[in-house]
Amino acid sequence: MPAVSKGDGMRGLAVFISDIRNCKSKEAEIKRINKELANIRSKFKGDKALDGYSKKKYVCKLLFIFLLGHDIDFGHMEAVNLLSSNKYTEKQIGYLFISVLVNSNSELIRLINNAIKNDLSSRNPTFMCLALHCIANVGSREMAEAFAGEIPRILVAGDTMDSVKQSAALCLLRLYKTSPDLVLMGEWTSRVVHLLNDQHMGVVTAAISLITCLSQKNPDEFKTCVSLAVSRLSRIVSSASTDLQDYTYYFVPAPWLSCKLLRLLQCYPPPEDGAVKGRLVECLETILNKAQEPPKSKKVQHSNAKNAILFEAIALIIHYDSEPNLLVRACNQLGQFLQHRETNLRYLALESMCTLASSEFSHEAVKTHIETVINALKTERDVSVRQRAADLLYAMCDRSNAKQIVAEMLSYLETADYSIREEMVLKVAILAEKYAVDYSWYVDTILNLIRIAGDYVSEEVWYRVIQIVINRDDVQGYAAKTVFEALQAPACHENMVKVGGYILGEFGNLIAGDPRSSPLVQFNLLHSKFHLCSVPTRALLLSAYIKFINLFPETKSTIQEVLRCDSQIRNSDVELQQRAVEYLKLSSIASTDVLATVLEEMPPFPERESSILAKLKKKKGPGAVSAGELEEGKREGGEVNGWEVNQQKSEPSQENASSLTTSPSPTPTAMHLSLTSFFFPSSLSQSTPSPSADLLGLRSAAPVSAAPVSAGSLLVDVFSEAGPAASTAGVNDDGFLRFVCKNNGVLFENQLLQIGIKSEYRQNLGRMYLFYGNKTSVQFVSFSTTLKPVDPLVEGGAQVQQVINIECLSDFSDAPLLNIKFRYGGALQNLSLKLPVTINKFFQPTEMSSHDFFQRWKQLSQPQQEAQKIFKANHPMDTEVLKAKLLGLGTALLDNVDPNPENFVCAGVIQTKAQQIGCLLRLEPNAQAQMYRLTLRSSKDTVAKRLCELLSEQF
Amino acid sequence: MRFMLLFSRQGKLRLQKWYVPLSDPQKKKISREVIQMVLARKPKMCSFLEWRDLKIVYKRYASLYFCCAVEDQENELITLEIIHRYVELLDKYFGSVCELDIIFNFEKAYYILDEFILGGEAQETSKKIVLKAIEQADMLQEVGPIYFMKAFSARWAI
Repeated sequence: MPAVSKGDGMRGLAVFISDIRNCKSKEAEIKRINKELANIRSKFKGDKALDGYSKKKYVCKLLFIFLLGHDIDFGHMEAVNLLSSNKYTEKQIGYLFISVLVNSNSELIRLINNAIKNDLSSRNPTFMCLALHCIANVGSREMAEAFAGEIPRILVAGDTMDSVKQSAALCLLRLYKTSPDLVLMGEWTSRVVHLLNDQHMGVVTAAISLITCLSQKNPDEFKTCVSLAVSRLSRIVSSASTDLQDYTYYFVPAPWLSCKLLRLLQCYPPPEDGAVKGRLVECLETILNKAQEPPKSKKVQHSNAKNAILFEAIALIIHYDSEPNLLVRACNQLGQFLQHRETNLRYLALESMCTLASSEFSHEAVKTHIETVINALKTERDVSVRQRAADLLYAMCDRSNAKQIVAEMLSYLETADYSIREEMVLKVAILAEKYAVDYSWYVDTILNLIRIAGDYVSEEVWYRVIQIVINRDDVQGYAAKTVFEALQAPACHENMVKVGGYILGEFGNLIAGDPRSSPLVQFNLLHSKFHLCSVPTRALLLSAYIKFINLFPETKSTIQEVLRCDSQIRNSDVELQQRAVEYLKLSSIASTDVLATVLEEMPPFPERESSILAKLKKKKGPGAVSAGELEEGKREGGEVNGWEVNQQKSEPSQENASSLTTSPSPTPTAMHLSLTSFFFPSSLSQSTPSPSADLLGLRSAAPVSAAPVSAGSLLVDVFSEAGPAASTAGVNDDGFLRFVCKNNGVLFENQLLQIGIKSEYRQNLGRMYLFYGNKTSVQFVSFSTTLKPVDPLVEGGAQVQQVINIECLSDFSDAPLLNIKFRYGGALQNLSLKLPVTINKFFQPTEMSSHDFFQRWKQLSQPQQEAQKIFKANHPMDTEVLKAKLLGLGTALLDNVDPNPENFVCAGVIQTKAQQIGCLLRLEPNAQAQMYRLTLRSSKDTVAKRLCELLSEQF
Repeated sequence: MRFMLLFSRQGKLRLQKWYVPLSDPQKKKISREVIQMVLARKPKMCSFLEWRDLKIVYKRYASLYFCCAVEDQENELITLEIIHRYVELLDKYFGSVCELDIIFNFEKAYYILDEFILGGEAQETSKKIVLKAIEQADMLQEVGPIYFMKAFSARWAI
């Protein structure tokens, strides 16, 4: 079938394409294209009406230019005209253009939909298919609105041609994916399911994709498909390789349909009906058997098709996880692939075995392949295969082989590809912790990790080793000794210094008896690393030093000397300077008792799941962590988050509290803040936030009543944990609205209680200090807030504080709710407040020129991107006050942008974890009318709306 | 399937089919990224790659790479054979297809793909039926002069 018999011969197009190909440079190509574009434009604009052929040719040229990667901003109308042509080729090009250059112009969409409607009702199957292909290719919401009702009818109608049915099924699938709410199967469900019985294999192939997708969403409504799928599968599996004629692919009967049937069955549990189940098990056995038969062809297509079905069958067997025989057989067959010469098969076998390892029935069978897998990790030339081997080792690891596997992974790490090191580190850390019988092995492993791949050891990993050492006194001495030895190395990784500093600061006394590691030797060793370290590490080391002063009074003068030197006490870094000053002062004025109390040994951390797992899951996405682990329940981030010198109980010293009988005067508040920054060192705010931090919920901390409340170290997900977001009446809004343009102040005050807020925000993170002051002279009992646990007793006149960290995951409108309960003189007091966290807190100001501003303003011209409000001034219209408020909003106030100097324009980007949202603002005061007009444009409609609401209350 | 790309050894995109809505800049960025990644692979390496939350399945035929991005649960081997079946269809239609056929008759390459795969799922896997559909469509076209150029580029063996 020579190609030359085909083309419909657009000579101009062929010439143009060769011209482009002959262009020697990018410039020449652009020049040629511009020439062509000018030519086409003039033809389209010309007075002479173009005939269909020319129109087709030019539209096709435009399409070619677009596919080369150039922008096309015209020709849509001509393409739409082609849709209603009677000539098939013209129509076809028109549809192709429309499918590739989707345009959101509503007038065009109306015309396109009209043309499609005509073709759908034309009863000409070729035209109908073209129209359906176009809907499936564009798949927009508008198309779903126009056709989602019509297509199911076409799909099930008795007189619809097979080819049209196939297109209709997949067209519907595409619309369902875009707009599930518009595709209502309802009455058609049963007839659609019965397409599985259709005589035409093509119809079944197309329909099953639709049915699978619908079954995933509404399994109950479609569950009759199970028995139909089983019998269809059974017929295919048992057919001879020639029975299915053209649906046999390289001697494999209907491989695509078989795979899809097996996929569909994975949406459901094993069939309840014994007969159906028996038949299915038979099918699965046949598939396993056939895979063992000698190949009918040497072509790779034959083995690929056959093995595709095998892998899909194994996936179903794993999904059922109820047939031990099949599971073990599957494992054995995969085992044969582990050393297959085809890289693809080795890769897939490793991948598939990973899931088999999580089944109790096949776990042991998988383990027998450990040597082969270790060998793959060492010798595979393709990094993606090695990665699978590492995954499998991780999945097959249990107490019996953990030491071997961890050792192999560690030795692999020395040469591992950079792309997978971080993940390997996490895996080793998790396995070492999970299967640690003696914790000295665990400590050794983690220190080895830091030694081998320090750069890839994330905070979670080193936090975790510290948590574990602190919680287990049997390993503390060993840890101190080991870390001391590790620090002897001339070059050691900064993470090692962190761990070393922390552990020696806590437990250095346990090895101080040995003259080789006497207190001064320890200190000198740590301090020899100081100058090579980053600021957060230095800050940590300073804390270690003050701990040393407490542990070893004989080091006091040496350490004070160090703290006193200019490089510390006058350090240009505020955090370091503050620590040096405060620690120096603390060490010189505090009595031994006070020092011992403040610098007491860290209390045990609440027992939590490792946050490392959460991080690994995050890295890998679902499926990477075996099913068993996923079911273990909620993961919480265990945080050390820097180092608190001591746990701050909910209340500062009595002395402090008594000076706070009334509202916090500036001095004690400042004192509090300085205390706070003392307690919550900078590593929290300066290091990158731990990705798992938001996982750490309130619930995990609450039940552990004995556990100390670490005031700053818990990140509370106020949005999901602290009760429903505020939206109801009865919640006091006044205080809340005052905080839109400022961060500090009094949120609430009545005769009993005053709540002060200080907050700071950076990027998508924030920290808020809440001060609860008891204004009475009687103690509050059972004091609690929904944020995190506090001391239930608040003495009369005392103040307690809470610190919460905030992370903005995505944009939001409702503020989190703060509930406070306490008893005052026997009466229960209950208070609901909106926490003053608003979306604008996460603004980063953006400076831009007038030109840029208006260009962006124009780009955000869709109606939903704009929110506008005209409102009366509530406050005097003072320019300076307005400016201050707009700056307080967090945006950049742009000068010389608006032609009218009375107006204000601002620009900023809201930083959420999920995305960045640009926002532009314009405020037009009308002094005469005492009115404002406020306009907001944002790439996200909800944000524009919310900001407009918030701001309209501010002026 | 989320998208399919055909590109040359020099990284020139010859065909792109997107089954999920994406903006043009996104498409360009993804194409660049995927092309770069696949071209960096050595022969003999496995045909599957993890990329973002998707899997890339690719195969090289002579000077042209065929590359599909599929969801994570999708069957890699059957996707590989989807590619092969598409190549067979092109080959049968053009008669020993080569890269130039696809350059000069790009619209045909798209039509054939639409008959075979729709909305990212196989619509019709029978070679005969797909080709018949395309031929019927061709019959509807007026027969015109043929300008067709094939040169230099090696034909790929099926």
